[in-house]
Amino acid sequence: MADIHLDPDVLSALREVMEDEYPDLLETFLRDSEERLSDLRKAKDASRFMNAAHSFKGSSSNMGAVRLAKLCHELEQCAKERKMADIEKLLEKIDSEFAIIRPLYEAERQRSLSG
Amino acid sequence: MQSLEPLTILIAEDCAADRMLLSHIVRRQGHEVLTAAHGADAVDTFRQQRPHLVLMDAMMPVMDGFEAARQIKLLAGETLVPIIFLTSLSESEALARCLEAGGDDFLAKPYNPVILAAKIKAMDRLRRLQATVLQQRDLIARHHEYLLNEQRVAKAVFDKVAHSGCLSAPNIRYLQSPYALFNGDLLLAAFNPAGDMHVLLGDFTGHGLPAAVGAMPLAEVFYGMTAKGYGLPETLREMNAKLKRILPVDMFCCATLLCLSFQRRSVEVWNGGMPDGYLHAIATGERKPLTSRHLPLGVLSPQTFDDRTEVFPMAVGDRVFLLSDGVIDTCDGDEQLFGVERLRQVFVANRQPDTLLEEIEQALRDFGGDARDDVSMVEVSLLEAAQLSPPALVYSDSGQSCPLDWSASFEFRAATLKRFNPLPYLLQLLLEVHGLRAQSGALYSVLSELYSNALEHGVLGLDSSLKRDASGFARYYLQRNERLDALQDGYVRVHLQVTPEGKGGCLTVRVEDSGKGFDVARALERPLDGVRLSGRGVSLVRQLGRNASWSDEGRSARVEFFWEALA
Repeated sequence: MADIHLDPDVLSALREVMEDEYPDLLETFLRDSEERLSDLRKAKDASRFMNAAHSFKGSSSNMGAVRLAKLCHELEQCAKERKMADIEKLLEKIDSEFAIIRPLYEAERQRSLSG
Repeated sequence: MQSLEPLTILIAEDCAADRMLLSHIVRRQGHEVLTAAHGADAVDTFRQQRPHLVLMDAMMPVMDGFEAARQIKLLAGETLVPIIFLTSLSESEALARCLEAGGDDFLAKPYNPVILAAKIKAMDRLRRLQATVLQQRDLIARHHEYLLNEQRVAKAVFDKVAHSGCLSAPNIRYLQSPYALFNGDLLLAAFNPAGDMHVLLGDFTGHGLPAAVGAMPLAEVFYGMTAKGYGLPETLREMNAKLKRILPVDMFCCATLLCLSFQRRSVEVWNGGMPDGYLHAIATGERKPLTSRHLPLGVLSPQTFDDRTEVFPMAVGDRVFLLSDGVIDTCDGDEQLFGVERLRQVFVANRQPDTLLEEIEQALRDFGGDARDDVSMVEVSLLEAAQLSPPALVYSDSGQSCPLDWSASFEFRAATLKRFNPLPYLLQLLLEVHGLRAQSGALYSVLSELYSNALEHGVLGLDSSLKRDASGFARYYLQRNERLDALQDGYVRVHLQVTPEGKGGCLTVRVEDSGKGFDVARALERPLDGVRLSGRGVSLVRQLGRNASWSDEGRSARVEFFWEALA
């Protein structure tokens, strides 16, 4: 389960709840996430990291991005414990995780638009 | 899961995707959705649109959820606007912060629509409950306001009736809550035409307005009949009959009625259902209990009502103390009653008779009782007759129809003497003569003296020397009642003659009885000292009327009243 990126159960629940707006939700999430990532890159102090990571964790978990949510949680913990060295490493992991899930969500969006 | 009524729900969430998702879930559950992207936005939206419920993200830019929650709770005031925090916070410290800021519940991310619906429903229930509580509180407050207003009006009307009396006379001291009326307590005092003082302390059953309504008719009977010169028995009979007629079965009035005669130095007492009153003889220090011997007013039918009174001698300075059951029924913290024994201890400890009421009040406070407003106490002392000035009667007629030349004779026979008091009628008739009005007090005193002499010594053959001491006094009135009950024949005749003389006039009163007569010469030998208990009648008549004389071996008394031209 460690290498699962998106939780299919969450996605199908979202599809059901959002109905026609499901593609919009996915798009919104991706746009939002880019903002969060740039917030994270700009963050200088531990509490900024903490807040940004916390918010990102919340929305990722809602969207079923389980691995991203887990990484955000780790980042939030590191920021809390001021482990600045680990933060650097986690930021890179978050970047690459987002790079993986982004096309997955886009594909999902295309599927739902055509379906 | 459907709510009864759609709610307007504010969603404050900075993350657009979360906001969108949540809005969708909530809308699908049938509610109206407002959204805000940060705390300040949420507060603004709340102020403008007053949503019923708020879903609030904790971490937001500009103003976080904690501060926004505090401000919204402040704006909501007494209305419950439930705030559910949206959070992936897990530490108990952070959750506690949400509660401190006024949060009512949490919803963890990722959102579960089923749980969210259940929470909204639960919060809506709470919200409605609070609204109902507030509504009912306001209703109660409004009713309370109505009630107080009704009491104010009733009290204002009643005070007008009750204050027509003489509670401010120098020989009366009393303690009573201004709203005692609404606990059924009632205190009335008035002078009769002879200058005797009637005092009533009553206690209606019940509380509030129902306890107060009976007070009006009772006060009217009391003042009306006292002013016209009726004695206690007739007044009591009328009060009882009236209350019996108008009050529901479970309502009645415990009462003690007094007639303090300053001229005869005596007090007549009727106690129906009140706690013992006390007759305090200052010279001996003795406190004689004035015990209830009757059922309260308004219980018995007029046929079975017992109007029998007791009469006790008093000396100048002696006091009669009456109290309502609120005094002895005052409870301490352990539901213990203050009781008669503690009251008696206050009596024993009392050094200054004038501070007795305050000392009892203090004792009640020390006892730990709350200040009850059904604690009523009154103390009436016997003064020299001259120390009191009964108010002059006010007449409303013009005097044009004043009768100036007439005579009338009455004969009252046994069956009438038993129950009927003719004096008020005779007095009213005589006061049609304007010239006599200025001396109505003396006229009434003399008439009642002559009438009771004729009845008691003449018709009933009672020995006035019995009244020489206190125990004889009581025996005298006992015999009076017994003989009156047994009376078969006999009469009292009253002849009145009014003749004009110059610009004034003269009234001649003659009272005859069927009795054995008395030794006029010996009675007239007595000095006009007016202090002794017995034989006071003769000297009173001689002091207040003119040319008093007795004939037919004392069976016929004659006295005159003169008046000059009216101004």
